[in-house]
Amino acid sequence: MSATAKPLANTRNGTGIPTARLITWWVIASEIVIFGGLLASYVMHRIGHPEWAEAASHTNTWAGAFNTFVLLTSSLCAVLAHKAADAHDGPRAAKLLRLTSLGGLIFLCVKGFEWTADIHEGFVLSSGGFWSFYYTLAGLHGLHVLAGMIIMLIVAADAAKNEELQRVECIGLYWHFVDIVWIFLFPLLYIAR
Amino acid sequence: MTTEAQAQPHVQHPNYVKVWAILVALLVVSVAGSMTHIREVVLVAAFGVAVVKAYLVAKNFMHITVEKRWVPYLLIVCLLFVFILFAGVAPDVMRHSGLHWTNPSANQASQPAGEGAKRE
Repeated sequence: MSATAKPLANTRNGTGIPTARLITWWVIASEIVIFGGLLASYVMHRIGHPEWAEAASHTNTWAGAFNTFVLLTSSLCAVLAHKAADAHDGPRAAKLLRLTSLGGLIFLCVKGFEWTADIHEGFVLSSGGFWSFYYTLAGLHGLHVLAGMIIMLIVAADAAKNEELQRVECIGLYWHFVDIVWIFLFPLLYIAR
Repeated sequence: MTTEAQAQPHVQHPNYVKVWAILVALLVVSVAGSMTHIREVVLVAAFGVAVVKAYLVAKNFMHITVEKRWVPYLLIVCLLFVFILFAGVAPDVMRHSGLHWTNPSANQASQPAGEGAKRE
């Protein structure tokens, strides 16, 4: 590799945006279509089936609200980690990223308790249209939370050594998007009845 | 091609705790609104507040307003595709009958409990 060779993809900046951030935006764009399609399908079916209101009344609004609070708080930690990374304070960024991950873990635990209660009451994936959408939407979102947590812990391990700090913002962008998806899932699944 | 953009932060960091406090206050509004059981209030509190919260997160946490112009355009195009999907499919899904078609299973599912038994 010569001295004039291009830097690694995550430090290249051919479009005015560092490539790592550019890729994150593309991921978010594709996620908009994935979650948007599912949400749009749910909304049109929900409007077509007013009787789903009865099924929706069994979801636990307080658990949903608590999880919204947890995700909003974890988003705050993620953006503060970005601020710390901008100040080249890797150890602080790592600490905040781990706190963000902890928020994700709390979110998933609450979801686990909630689903256990639903299943004990007899509401499973095949219990009806509403429950199919409920488990699919919340399940897909939960998988994104889990993926974000794992990636965040990997990024935090490097950030703690003041390495690859540009990744802190990228994982933060992804996490905020996951937060936005939940901001819409909460009223759709827990409030609109 | 440069690595300069990475060395310098590309955003001015606002007061994030203040933004978070506003988001939590909006969450309280949406939950309180849902308890009124007035349809219009519930819808505005739920979905109106959700749009505002999403905007606040995108603007302040994702810094989308200071990103290159084509990034929000890209996201808007993706949202547009979702609306096209909705507009194209919704008339068939939201209605259970049309000019030359009916969806008997959807009609049956939508019947209030007991109505089917009465007909029998």
